Amino acid sequence: MSENRMAIRQVELEVLRYNPETDDEPKFQRYSVPCKNEWCILDALNYLKDNLDPTLSYRWSCHMQVCGSCGMMINGEPKLACKAMVRDYAGVIRIEPLSHFPIERDLVAVADDFMAKLKRVKPYLIPGEKRSLADGEYQQTPEQLARYRKYAMCINCMLCYAACPEYGLTPKFIGPGAISLAHRYNQDSRDGGRDLRQEEIATNEGVWECTFVGACSEVCPKHVDPASALQQVKVASTVDWYLEHFMSWVKK
Amino acid sequence: MAKSNKPIIWGTFAAGGELVSFVTPVLILLTLLAAVGHVPDMLGYDALRGFAAGWFGKLVIFVVLFLSLWSQAHRLRITFYDFGARADTLVAIMVYALAAVGSIATLVFLARL
Amino acid sequence: MSRRPYLREVSRTAWFFKRPRYLRYMAREVTCIFIGIYTVILLVGVYRLSQGRAEYEAFLMALQRPASVVFHVAALAFALYNSFTWFNVAPKALPIQVGEEFLPDSVVAGGHYVVWVALSLFILFWAGVL
Repeated sequence: MSENRMAIRQVELEVLRYNPETDDEPKFQRYSVPCKNEWCILDALNYLKDNLDPTLSYRWSCHMQVCGSCGMMINGEPKLACKAMVRDYAGVIRIEPLSHFPIERDLVAVADDFMAKLKRVKPYLIPGEKRSLADGEYQQTPEQLARYRKYAMCINCMLCYAACPEYGLTPKFIGPGAISLAHRYNQDSRDGGRDLRQEEIATNEGVWECTFVGACSEVCPKHVDPASALQQVKVASTVDWYLEHFMSWVKK
Repeated sequence: MAKSNKPIIWGTFAAGGELVSFVTPVLILLTLLAAVGHVPDMLGYDALRGFAAGWFGKLVIFVVLFLSLWSQAHRLRITFYDFGARADTLVAIMVYALAAVGSIATLVFLARL
Repeated sequence: MSRRPYLREVSRTAWFFKRPRYLRYMAREVTCIFIGIYTVILLVGVYRLSQGRAEYEAFLMALQRPASVVFHVAALAFALYNSFTWFNVAPKALPIQVGEEFLPDSVVAGGHYVVWVALSLFILFWAGVL
């Protein structure tokens, strides 16, 4: 391959197509796309849609790994199409919608399930101490920020769900992304909502469906490390359980 | 949705997993030596019987066997599920019953020593 | 226009062939079969020990069967694999924060390896092998 950044190479894309109005099942369609060396997969898809086939549907917005919209399977791996570079792939590149989610159309996955789960875990600050505006800000030290900062990087791209085999096998599992966000707020010194969130995540279909495959952390484009969040939730929930049960025996 | 009771087993899985990771390879190495005819001194009848006669020896043997049984039983339950066996409740009852029987048997055998 | 989402089936019994990382995970999980059987062998050993000298020595002889030797070698390989996988991810479950930083994973995992080697050497010494 030429090191010339402007060099153009014909790249074969195999894209999974599904039109709910006419198709009974998805099938692959092959395109040959002239790609520049510095293109990401999303650039190739945009070229394809603008010049070769305007009927192709896929989600994207920011083109800079912030919005979390363009998650898709690229050669079987969950990736952001804006982060995966064409030059890193040899041969035919196979592009499918995110695994484990239903297909709305072409590369568009149905995100309803994730959105509902996200809502359930209350991923927002529930102040532990009520302050009036006159009392000023909720302050936080750098140490307190460091406790949850990694988990605040989540962009809701759902790659971790597409990587998690337990979510694929058991779709009611609340899953890595939402539980990591619950953990992010639980770890926040300004927050007092952990008991409410535990009602959702310390359940059988919450964190206890996780078997620590670790795939979520391997594919996360923002290095959130959901697997670590879930293990920490398990440890904390186990301590809770022993305390709740043994303390109630002690009180009797 | 009620909170799960899985922590009671997961506690033994986490503690047992840690212990197994630390000691099981070297224990296997010891019995492997015995299996190829070089019985380590401590695995001789008199030495091991002497170790197991004291309360400390009994405690060590019980903790190792108890945590090994429960942690591996729990992982076995998950392995069944991962291989496609969906009768999770039945599997859980079976593997935990085995771990419980093994734990009680350990206590009984140790009491005789 | 009505929605008609298409659901792709996930194979319940062959899903782990889809990615190498799933196979590595399953290799870790099946270590429980070998470690579980080995625990039962230890349990039998304690039982035979409680019965007396002749029974315990028969147990030691039984360990020398070819099938037992083969099992030991396989169990050792799986147990080592389990230990490596366990120690490598230990920092995820119990991260240690020092000020504004977390101890690097390599330090927490490395600490586990040091303890592992020291404990194994101690047990070998105690057992009279070293």
